[in-house]
Amino acid sequence: MTRRIKAIEKAPTGIKGFDEISGGGLPKGRPALVCGSAGCGKTLFGMEFLVRGVLEFNEPGVFVSFEETGEELVKNFVSLGFELERMIAEKRLVMDHVHIEKSEIEETGEYDLEGLFIRLGEAISSVGAKRIVLDTIESLFSGLSNTGILRAELRRLFRWLKERGITAVVTGESGGRTLTRHGLEEYVADCVIFLDFRVTEQIATRRLRIIKYRGSSHGADEYPFLIDEKGISILPVTSLGLDYRVSSERISSGVPGLDAMLGGRGFYRGSTILVSGTAGTGKSSLAAKFAESACTRGERCLYFAFEESPDQIIRNMGSIGTDLKACFRKGSLRFHAGRPSLYGLEMHLVTFHKLITEFKPHVVIIDPISNLRTVGEQRDVKSMLTRLFDFLKMSRTTTLVTSLSTAGGPLETTDEEISSLIDTWILLRDIEIQGERNRGLYILKSRGMPHSNQIREFLLSNRGIELVEAYLGPGGVLTGSARAAQEAKESAALLKARRETERSIREHERRKKALEAKIDELRAELDSEAEELHVIVEEAMKGREALAAERSEMARLRKAEPGRAPGSVPEEKGD
Amino acid sequence: MARSSTEKKAEGKKKREVWILKLYVAGTSPKSIRAFENLKKICEEHLSGKYRIEIVDLLKNPKLAKGDQIIAVPTLVRQLPPPVKKIIGDLANREKVLVGLDIRSDVRKAG
Repeated sequence: MTRRIKAIEKAPTGIKGFDEISGGGLPKGRPALVCGSAGCGKTLFGMEFLVRGVLEFNEPGVFVSFEETGEELVKNFVSLGFELERMIAEKRLVMDHVHIEKSEIEETGEYDLEGLFIRLGEAISSVGAKRIVLDTIESLFSGLSNTGILRAELRRLFRWLKERGITAVVTGESGGRTLTRHGLEEYVADCVIFLDFRVTEQIATRRLRIIKYRGSSHGADEYPFLIDEKGISILPVTSLGLDYRVSSERISSGVPGLDAMLGGRGFYRGSTILVSGTAGTGKSSLAAKFAESACTRGERCLYFAFEESPDQIIRNMGSIGTDLKACFRKGSLRFHAGRPSLYGLEMHLVTFHKLITEFKPHVVIIDPISNLRTVGEQRDVKSMLTRLFDFLKMSRTTTLVTSLSTAGGPLETTDEEISSLIDTWILLRDIEIQGERNRGLYILKSRGMPHSNQIREFLLSNRGIELVEAYLGPGGVLTGSARAAQEAKESAALLKARRETERSIREHERRKKALEAKIDELRAELDSEAEELHVIVEEAMKGREALAAERSEMARLRKAEPGRAPGSVPEEKGD
Repeated sequence: MARSSTEKKAEGKKKREVWILKLYVAGTSPKSIRAFENLKKICEEHLSGKYRIEIVDLLKNPKLAKGDQIIAVPTLVRQLPPPVKKIIGDLANREKVLVGLDIRSDVRKAG
């Protein structure tokens, strides 16, 4: 009773992700039930709980198997890198195979399971165990027929374990209506974990759910998990909400032209970028360029390739001047390649999660996400991507995903579903004019930055990626040779116009000169006329003087009046 | 019941053999004492002079529980003649004990 008052103490399992969703592990010193159908991973869960206990928390353990022998278990778990034999030799782990074969046992009268208790007690004290796994204790029900005794003894067993303060994992096979075939959940009431192994459309997905955890809060969702060469990994992410902190740092896309379109500074760090387009529009090339630029900045990049092998990507991108090989050799670029149909969506999510947690990349590329649609329903894909993107955002990882749009269909709608998750959406499309295909790029949206609304022609050459302003004329967007032709035409027209102008200027100059010459001529004419006039006037003056002199002479000669001054010609005229 | 035909064949041999019976108990619980008394009675009646009963107290030898695959107490193990047979409980049901130990001829007589 006193235990319930203070917060429940927990025993960390060391199983990846489980301690996060359970708020610290299994209830310490109490039994927990792990149930599920055959092959769901119950035994592994139990074994990993023990092994991690030994290795990471210095808590020795006992594994009581009711189904497999110790040797079988050792063999099975060697493949998972669990060195059980060594732990057994070091007296940190005990394995006990409880063999019950109904055909060998006859029951008569009353009995109890004291023998089992003694065995457990012996095993526990031999290593000083703090943890125990009973896998699958329900086998007792098939070996012994007196269920009345069994139930009473099981109840006593769990009480007995509790008294000893042993953290126990009890596994149980799920029954039709109940969680376990024999209702073990009635006895182990503190913590019940359900493991599920579902196959939908031939793709298997493992999920874990904490059905009950008395005295503790816990995640209530179904968490997908993965079993791989390192054991169980549970993905604690379901929905993280939208309270992550954002960065205003900008990083280059690796293509200067694209950076220019994105307000001149590229993507936001930690944003989610979608590059969509039809086949062969250069999505992967753009993605690879981004990867290269991240590695050049000294960052780590994780590249999920769902279509090509890493070698092929490296070779192909080398041909357009993107050197991924160096990045790969340096270790800053890591690939994870595989067909999407390799496993289910949830498994992909867990893989993503696991690799990202291990490698801690700055940039994640998924090329392409559209392939995931072959694995699951649209709704499931969206839910999976939401969780993935949220997780990546939380860790401030910039994510670039490519998506293949179906040719012929409307380009935008194919990716409509995930549009809300995307910060920057780049659309690549084929532009088909005059019998040739060219690539066009435009930015459909880019949250939080001014961005170009224009279409650019997207050129791939051995020098790399170039963005060229496409010709926008009355006939629409022109690209490729049509653009070149149009450009040539335009420059010819321009030249012609310039020549025209030059000629007009020259013409004008010439005419101006001609007119000026004429003006000079006329002026000269005027001058000469003025001169002539002067001469005439002078001559006339001279003639009059001469006449006057002649008159005075005449008057003198005729003895005219002496008062008359010589030269008073006008008066003379009046005569 | 299905196994009765096969086991009849082995019957002839068994009769000449020594019966070694082990009774696993945990301390001196009433059940254990009852089981021992019941067993003793049956043996005296059916296997007189050719049986041996060993009492194994698991509280004193806890390791034997693992070695001999014992979970329930009391457990009677027919060590000899082979094959090994196990009967659990206080051996209150006489007929079941006889069937369990495969004391066939006597069962028929008793029946």
